[in-house]
Amino acid sequence: MSEHITPIRTYLLIFFALMILTVVTVAVAMVDLGALNDVVAMGIAIFKASLVVLFFMHVKKSRLMTKITVVASAFWLLILFGLTLSDYVTRGFL
Amino acid sequence: MSELANNFGRRLHYLNADYGVKSWLLTRDHKRIALLYLASISLFFALGGLMAVGIRLELATPGADLVQPDTYNRLFTMHGVLMIFLFLIPSIPATLGNFLIPLMIGAKDLAFPKVNLASWYVYNIAGLFTLWAVAQGGVDTGWTFYTPYSTTYSNSYVVATALGVFTVGFSSIMTAVNFIVTIHRMRAPGLTWFRLPLFVWAHYATSLVIILGTPVVAVTILMVAAERILRIGIFDPALGGDPVLFQHLFWFYSHPAVYIMILPSMGVISELITAFTRKRIFGYKFIAFASVSIAVLGFLVWGHHMFLSSQSVYAGAVFSVLSMLVAVPSAIKVFNWTATLYKGSVSWDTPMLYALGFIGLFTIGGLTGVMLATLGIDIHVHDTYFVVAHFHYVMVGGAIMGYLGGLHFWWPKITGRLYPVFWSKFSAIVIFVGFNLTFFPQFLLGYLGMPRRYHVYPADFQVLNVMSSAGATILGVGYLIPLFYFFWSMRYGERADRNPWGAIGLEWMTGSPPPTHNFHEPPTVDWDAYAYLPDTPGGTGEAWDAAKPTSEAPEHG
Repeated sequence: MSEHITPIRTYLLIFFALMILTVVTVAVAMVDLGALNDVVAMGIAIFKASLVVLFFMHVKKSRLMTKITVVASAFWLLILFGLTLSDYVTRGFL
Repeated sequence: MSELANNFGRRLHYLNADYGVKSWLLTRDHKRIALLYLASISLFFALGGLMAVGIRLELATPGADLVQPDTYNRLFTMHGVLMIFLFLIPSIPATLGNFLIPLMIGAKDLAFPKVNLASWYVYNIAGLFTLWAVAQGGVDTGWTFYTPYSTTYSNSYVVATALGVFTVGFSSIMTAVNFIVTIHRMRAPGLTWFRLPLFVWAHYATSLVIILGTPVVAVTILMVAAERILRIGIFDPALGGDPVLFQHLFWFYSHPAVYIMILPSMGVISELITAFTRKRIFGYKFIAFASVSIAVLGFLVWGHHMFLSSQSVYAGAVFSVLSMLVAVPSAIKVFNWTATLYKGSVSWDTPMLYALGFIGLFTIGGLTGVMLATLGIDIHVHDTYFVVAHFHYVMVGGAIMGYLGGLHFWWPKITGRLYPVFWSKFSAIVIFVGFNLTFFPQFLLGYLGMPRRYHVYPADFQVLNVMSSAGATILGVGYLIPLFYFFWSMRYGERADRNPWGAIGLEWMTGSPPPTHNFHEPPTVDWDAYAYLPDTPGGTGEAWDAAKPTSEAPEHG
């Protein structure tokens, strides 16, 4: 659809960024951050996924409709997580 | 004339354009693919019906006379799996939707004809896979595959069946993507969003649900397989998992799946009610947006299946309130259809009988749904026949009534033939009576406390159970009659003209059956949907009348 040609350099940069972040994930797993363990791991994972979606999947240079679609699906994932957590988080309240 | 007629001098249409097995199995014509789907889903409907026969025969007496307990578990599981995944979910979208959406929007075909054909093959591979699992001994977990039945304690063919369900999901996704792209990009000039038939709106909403929900159930099934095969702890507490997580993931798809079944049916009803009252629909935009809001709200309510699953009561309260919200767009539709009947010139043709049946039965199914969404009542009737009756009123009384109504409405368009009026009305009434006799007693049984999924019950419940089994027999006969006269009509039925009902819509402007590319000249639209004459201000009805005779060559011969 888009006529932009992404330079190879961008792909390589993103690839190395993903590799470095993978190493960071493994390294962080060795350190006990307490409650932050999941938050940090998920944060890195989301960041990596965003890189893939934006650059490898060309969403950054896509039309508005494609962007809306991507955001909507992410929002749907939030519904899945959010309402499921509404159960898990409040189970101890009673 | 050569372009419009075949070798025998008959008008050329999609059915006689080419004969031979290859012209069907490799077709990319959405109309032929719809017929292929019709054949496949009818087969699975019949098989699922056979399982229901087994269930109702066993339940005719309080004791265990006919089948072993284990066999009974497999019967109701396979009944659910076949009916839901292989019949109800593809039923209207893959047949009527496939056939009609391009016709209704004035397109030559769907956006991706090859993907459409591929979806039929994927569907059949999934179906064969599931049948293979049945032949091997079936599954005994219930159609919901709840863990730990499906993981720790299962001794049946869970992975094979689950893979069948996993695969059939891809065929739904292919169809849904096709519909969304087609509706966005291939509408005829002048056919704006708010001129679309509500059938198209309903399918658009359904497609969104399919695309957003199906991947989740697919991943969930993969997780079950991963746990069973690779011993990765996801749902099994012994491995560090949580069985209730499965229910969350499963119902995130499977509750919206109910709307995948009912929304297309609602789309059909909007078409039928307007055609047989000869009136513009009451509150077009409200019905269109009600479809979309049902699709959205449908994703926020899944926890109402889990009130007794150790789910937190706070989450339960939230899901309870959200569930009741779905009643709002559903009620908007029911009230608007009823308002359309008001002062309309109602005719009692067969499709209209189904449509009126739908409104009554869906209302009962929907309102008992509101009862079940109420925490207190649900705790009393949870996992009883009350629930069974409720969802059969929605799925059989709603979705299948709409499916059959639509099939009767568009059958002349699909085959170019009319079916016998007497028998079709007779069978519609038989189905309505048989349905109510089957499932209404189940409300009473459930309220009195008969649990679902047991093959034996206390003798006190026998009268109501015998009524239900008798009703199922009548219902079965009601389903068989159309099978016979539809086949009969294909050869001996009177030929239908282009628009036997005098209905409004692009599909009625082309021949019956339509030519391979649907329209000889691409249509343009300058009228609103359902621009029936009596109450159309601003001459939209005249525009329709003027456009009607032009875009088609001679009828027959």
